[in-house]
Amino acid sequence: MTAPSPASEPRTDVARALKHAAIAGLVSFGMLLPLIGFRTIQDMRNELVLETRPLLLASFVLLTIAGSLLVSLVLVPWKQRRAAAHIPGESVRRAHWRAHVAKWLVPFALGFVVLYPVIVLLGTGFGGAVKWIDNFGIQILIYVMLGWGLNIVVGLAGLLDLGYVAFYAVGAYSYALLAKEFGLSFWILLPLAGTLSAFWGILLGFPVLRLRGDYLAIVTLAFGEIIRLILINWVDFTGGYAGVSGIPRPTFFGIPFNANDDGFAAVFGLEFTPLYRTIFLYYVILGLALLTAFVTVRLRRLPVGRAWEALREDEIACRSLGLNTTNTKLTAFAMGAMFGGFAGSFFAARQGFISPESFTFMESAIILAIVVLGGMGSMIGVAIAAVAMIGGTEIMRELEFLKLIFGQDFEPTQYRMLLFGLAMVLIMIWKPRGLISTREPSAFLKERKTVAATFVEEGRG
Amino acid sequence: MTVNAPLLSVRGVKTCYGNITALHGIDLDVHDGEIVTLIGANGAGKSTLMMTIFGNPRAREGRIVYQGRDITQLQTHEIARLNIAQAPEGRRIFSRMTVMENLQMGAQIAEPGHFQEDLERIFTLFPRLKERIGQRGGTLSGGEQQMLSIARALMSRPRLLLLDEPSLGLAPLIARQIFDIIADLNRRTKLTVLLVEQNAFHALRLAHRGYVMVNGRITLSGTGKELLDRPEIRAAYLEGGRQEATAEAR
Ligand SMILES: Nc1ncnc2c1ncn2[C@@H]1O[C@H](COP(=O)(O)OP(=O)(O)OP(=O)(O)O)[C@@H](O)[C@H]1O
Ligand SMILES: [Mg+2]
Repeated sequence: MTAPSPASEPRTDVARALKHAAIAGLVSFGMLLPLIGFRTIQDMRNELVLETRPLLLASFVLLTIAGSLLVSLVLVPWKQRRAAAHIPGESVRRAHWRAHVAKWLVPFALGFVVLYPVIVLLGTGFGGAVKWIDNFGIQILIYVMLGWGLNIVVGLAGLLDLGYVAFYAVGAYSYALLAKEFGLSFWILLPLAGTLSAFWGILLGFPVLRLRGDYLAIVTLAFGEIIRLILINWVDFTGGYAGVSGIPRPTFFGIPFNANDDGFAAVFGLEFTPLYRTIFLYYVILGLALLTAFVTVRLRRLPVGRAWEALREDEIACRSLGLNTTNTKLTAFAMGAMFGGFAGSFFAARQGFISPESFTFMESAIILAIVVLGGMGSMIGVAIAAVAMIGGTEIMRELEFLKLIFGQDFEPTQYRMLLFGLAMVLIMIWKPRGLISTREPSAFLKERKTVAATFVEEGRG
Repeated sequence: MTVNAPLLSVRGVKTCYGNITALHGIDLDVHDGEIVTLIGANGAGKSTLMMTIFGNPRAREGRIVYQGRDITQLQTHEIARLNIAQAPEGRRIFSRMTVMENLQMGAQIAEPGHFQEDLERIFTLFPRLKERIGQRGGTLSGGEQQMLSIARALMSRPRLLLLDEPSLGLAPLIARQIFDIIADLNRRTKLTVLLVEQNAFHALRLAHRGYVMVNGRITLSGTGKELLDRPEIRAAYLEGGRQEATAEAR
């Protein structure tokens, strides 16, 4: 096919686009007027006064209008043109290309994350490294791990869980309280916290065995809230809103990371800096995340994992093939919860302080958003989504220059949900089933055919 | 257990959906090595009986005995583990999973050591599936999906196979192939089959015995030939089939 001539080009209807944009602007004005347009602040005498923010409101409405115009005048015509200009062999070529990328992506990414602290050290020196390793490296990896853990429940077994943060909380509090009470070490408590979370996963699993879809989502949501409310209200045990502080930090096989004579730096004859602990923590969470990935990949090839995926597709068929769907669901809940618990106890050990604040529904929503954006079931997709979303919110912290535009008290991190929303909308337009929606088969007859072949091969009839 | 005790015996089974009674006391026997067919109009309750044998829905009254054991109160997956397999109505294959993975799911309860051998057996029965082994179930054609559904059920090495409308939506030629395969399996491996069919002519010719179900009751039973010769059967179920048969004869 030749290049599309102007005549055959899909007509972009400017009038319609303008109308859409105007409607979008009106709607956003209506919605944002109470949200952004007005604000109550306390003045000197502690009285509430209403402040109006017309400029901020106007800028948001304009942004919406611009976005709408962008979609209908640029994005949609571009998509149509691309669909129209179908070049024979193009899809095959693209599939080959994708196969290549897929082949090299994983080893390359693995190499990168393993070397990441070194790269950062070389790049920024000792001074700036903590921020990069901690805020970006560790923070992202925690969410990668949480995403992979939830992916077992939501992506593989198809059980929509809106209360995943509960297991994260159980893991965190298990570590925090047990470490403070009994002085047990991180490495002993890690499996213990995982087991406790798995136990809670099974506990949640039992009442919801017969539920699916929306109903399941509601009950798991409630479960997450119950756990959080218990953490808030059982003050004697959990410290309530105040949380638990002074949580023992993990040691390097018994050697603490401190400035003392028996500390890590002294033992290894290095100069003390807090960086060593950060790097150590980075490798711990990397190890935990890789463990999650490894276990999931292995399980997918075993009957249990296959059963999870089959369960997502047809529960009745599963049962009539002799599968105990009760056990299958419970193992999925337990397995997902266990990894959530691991991540939670790591979180507690890294922070040294936890409180119910960290385990709100918003966390569950973020983790679920990462799984959905990545493409349910795809581990690579989930990892990419976690990097983009969490990395994105961390980068927002860095955008100090925005203060020059929006005023000194503008806090970019408060808009991180906006980033999630934007990403959701864009992905749902561009790839409605998530970043990576093709499912990798877990079994092959003789040898793995090239990925390209499975991409190209279409069903007949 | 006497020699002549049926492999599966259904006695006075009543099944309800809410307060609607779908089966009003069904009696039915399947002997070892037999092909038994169940025919009846749409909504007669054939699929309900198949599912009731599998424990979902549970029978409200009556008894279902398999190999001398009362299975009425067992759970579906426990029943499946007694070497009863089912290719349910609507195929119910796992559409995002490949043909290979579907077959693996079928072999879930079989001994893992048998897998390769069973796979070869399936491939000789359904060469089409071998060609399509890496393809996603949902992208198979209707006939291929039906083959997969039956193949998946066979992977557990069942003694009794329940088939619910295996010819549904298939071209006559493919349907014939499926019936031939069923007959062949029955002859060679003594597989016992309970077959629900709309295609009464083929089903009755294939089966040793048949039952006719009307509104949740068994109204007639007999050998396949007897039923084929009954005028009321011809009138109610066979006109379409006979035309097809004469067309084939020509
Ligand atoms: N889940 C259900 N809930 C309520 N009623 C049901 C349910 N399943 C089936 N029925 C009813 O039970 C009756 C028997 O249905 P069944 O599916 O067993 O019929 P069938 O003989 O298999 O019909 P067909 O030849 O069309 O497959 C029908 O009246 C149907 O509407
Ligand atoms: Mg039916």
